[in-house]
Amino acid sequence: MSDNTFKQSVTPAQFPTLYLKDLKLCLRGEALFTNLSLNISPGEIVTLMGPSGCGKSSLLAAISGTLESDFSLVGEIFLDDLNLTNLPPEERHIGMLFQEDLLFPHMSVSENLCFGIPAHIKSKKERVSLISQALKDAGLSEFENRDPATLSGGQRARIAVLRTLLSQPRALLLDEPFSKLDTELRTRFRDFVFRHARAHNLPTLLVTHDPEDAQSTGGKVIRVSDF
Amino acid sequence: MADTVRTINSTISKQIRYHQAMKNHFGSILSVLFSLHTVPVLTLMVFLLPVLAGLTSTVLPAFGYLPVIGQISINTNAWGQLFAHPALPSALITSLSSGILATILSLIVSLSFVAAWQGTASFRKARRILAPILAIPHSALAIGLAFLIAPSGWIVRVFSPWATGWERPPDIAIIHDEWGISLVLGLMIKETPYLLLMILAALDQSQAKQRLKLAKTLGYHPIAAWVKGILPVIYKQIRLPIYAVLAFSLSVVDIALILGPTTPPTLSILVLRWFNDPDLNYRTIAAAGALLQLFVVICVIVTWWITEKAISRLSKRWLINGRRTFLEQPVRQVSKFSLNSIFLLFFGSLLVILLWSFTRRWRYPDFLPSVWSIQSWDRNIHNLLWSSSSTLIIGLISSFVAVVLVVVCLENEKRRGKTAGSGALWLVYLPLMIPQVSFLFGVQILTIKAGIDASWLAIIWSHLLFVLPYVFLSLTDPYRQHDDRYIKVALSMGISPARAFWRIRLPMLLRPLLFAFSIGFAVSVAQYLPTLFVGGGRFSTLTTEAVNLSASGNRRIIAVYALLQALLPLLCFIAALTLPNIVFRNRRALKEH
Repeated sequence: MSDNTFKQSVTPAQFPTLYLKDLKLCLRGEALFTNLSLNISPGEIVTLMGPSGCGKSSLLAAISGTLESDFSLVGEIFLDDLNLTNLPPEERHIGMLFQEDLLFPHMSVSENLCFGIPAHIKSKKERVSLISQALKDAGLSEFENRDPATLSGGQRARIAVLRTLLSQPRALLLDEPFSKLDTELRTRFRDFVFRHARAHNLPTLLVTHDPEDAQSTGGKVIRVSDF
Repeated sequence: MADTVRTINSTISKQIRYHQAMKNHFGSILSVLFSLHTVPVLTLMVFLLPVLAGLTSTVLPAFGYLPVIGQISINTNAWGQLFAHPALPSALITSLSSGILATILSLIVSLSFVAAWQGTASFRKARRILAPILAIPHSALAIGLAFLIAPSGWIVRVFSPWATGWERPPDIAIIHDEWGISLVLGLMIKETPYLLLMILAALDQSQAKQRLKLAKTLGYHPIAAWVKGILPVIYKQIRLPIYAVLAFSLSVVDIALILGPTTPPTLSILVLRWFNDPDLNYRTIAAAGALLQLFVVICVIVTWWITEKAISRLSKRWLINGRRTFLEQPVRQVSKFSLNSIFLLFFGSLLVILLWSFTRRWRYPDFLPSVWSIQSWDRNIHNLLWSSSSTLIIGLISSFVAVVLVVVCLENEKRRGKTAGSGALWLVYLPLMIPQVSFLFGVQILTIKAGIDASWLAIIWSHLLFVLPYVFLSLTDPYRQHDDRYIKVALSMGISPARAFWRIRLPMLLRPLLFAFSIGFAVSVAQYLPTLFVGGGRFSTLTTEAVNLSASGNRRIIAVYALLQALLPLLCFIAALTLPNIVFRNRRALKEH
């Protein structure tokens, strides 16, 4: 794995900041937290910690727009001056990494990556070169045509990150994406993700219950219980 | 800690040794026959042998060998007569067009509805009414539909004469139309909910929900996300149900009798007419026609399979072109409208049956009957009781036997620790993919030879052929998912495997068991052709009566039979849903949430 990160030709004119304003999350009427306000600037990684069931994963769902109907959210979410609060997930341009890699089993590795690349990059040459750059950067060049099911957990996790980055998100949410990897792999993969989040200047919010994850970001750490 | 484990292990091995000893002790033929290991084989034989034997007994007459009428030479005369029959070409075309159209439309409606509405409130609402729809026999629905859409039907009455100006029913053939459109509609009412349920089951098994979320965070709109990211994954799981729907639509008899074209009818009806022809020489043509029907089904399924492959290959580039939208608004609107129309027709059909069954006088174009009465029930009470009780006896016994056989198979699977592969699933679907007309005639011949024709045994067995696959399909997942640690805990406390099975496994699985039973019952109640062929005319069930009466035009009497026919399975479902709540009223974990 090289220390470089691939560059995409199309970059947003200006790197946005993610603003969470007075968020209150309720599960069937019962408040999980209130008054959560937070600004995440481009390239900054903020960690959100708390025991399971405290609503930290639901907060990510709320920011990405995929909140289940049992939950209700009060407050506002902004990307710079764009109000995301009532937009459907597909119009928010917020990338998310889940605990599972969720690679599509009916597509090869490169097809999975191609699925992420926006349609406005039309030329096949450009799409292919983006994919091979991304794979090279992850040290997975020879895996282009492989079935994702034949890859190791760590390899799959890296492909999932690349897929999300190729979709040119404007912010990144990490829902305990390291929890299923073993310790050594975990450190390397964590560095990989953080390096890319910073290189792409993405405001990043990490949810975890592992203090080591939180330390490694070197950034702000917030506990849900504080709210 | 280690000590406890050792004690537990030794208790378990003692138990096992004890049971092996017991087994050897009763090593008689009978216990071998009914031991867990042989029942799966027995089960397969129970329903595969008759199907295969039935098919062979259809092949021989098709080639001229039918000793009953003195024909013992092998020839192809029947085929010559079949292909020379003037009604054959158009019968073939109607069968093909209505069967394929009904399947494609049902598939499109169900897929697009799930794609557009998964996770919304209207989706959960739709999901709740699927089970009752599936419980209602299709012939009852077809009868109701005919009462709705006929020229003098309820829909025309609603708009006449104030909007249409029709003082009398318009003189157009809506039901029995020559293109089979009402037949297609009748098939869709039943098949769309069935396919929906199968899609939902497939979704629950894959990580569909999560993947859908992921695709949306990548910027994909709901329908594009579903079609590109989910459909290719779950299609494998809904393939067999689609083939079953295809085979059913291509060869359906009862719905085609009620709604299908008459001159000429579909192929299956033509074959049925030949089988019933007083001139015994028609039997060989009928047998040839039955084989042609099978051939048609096989050809269409193979063509469908090739098309699947072609589409999956051609769409490969489209899947990854990065386009984030796919007909979002049209699919949303059209799918909701179509499914709502189907649900509306379903409830309208039930309601109109109910109304007609209590009607004394309902003149066109009145919106409601002018004179009500229970005379249709009253005058037919004797016959109603008789056909209801035979419906009940056949349905209850065949579903009970099916549940027992399936449970033993699944328990055997659990204890041996391996599950049957996908090959077994093909075997289960086999009776659903072979047209009924193609092998039931052979089964009839076999029962005559065995001297059990027109007996309870034969008729229950013939229903079992169709009940068993559905019971198996509905019970497999809950049974396989049942947590074996509960049983292990019991064994470690010195309880015998048999006792653990009766006291722990079965009570915990009461809900899926009852549900599977009521599905089996609904399937049995709906059977028309098996009762007709194997019953040898001695048995009449509510379904055979309703279908046979449907040609009579006496709506009041038809409605009574159709209503009862719909009511029995519905009551069974209600019982299956409420009984566990009563039994487990003080057990929150086993109550419905």
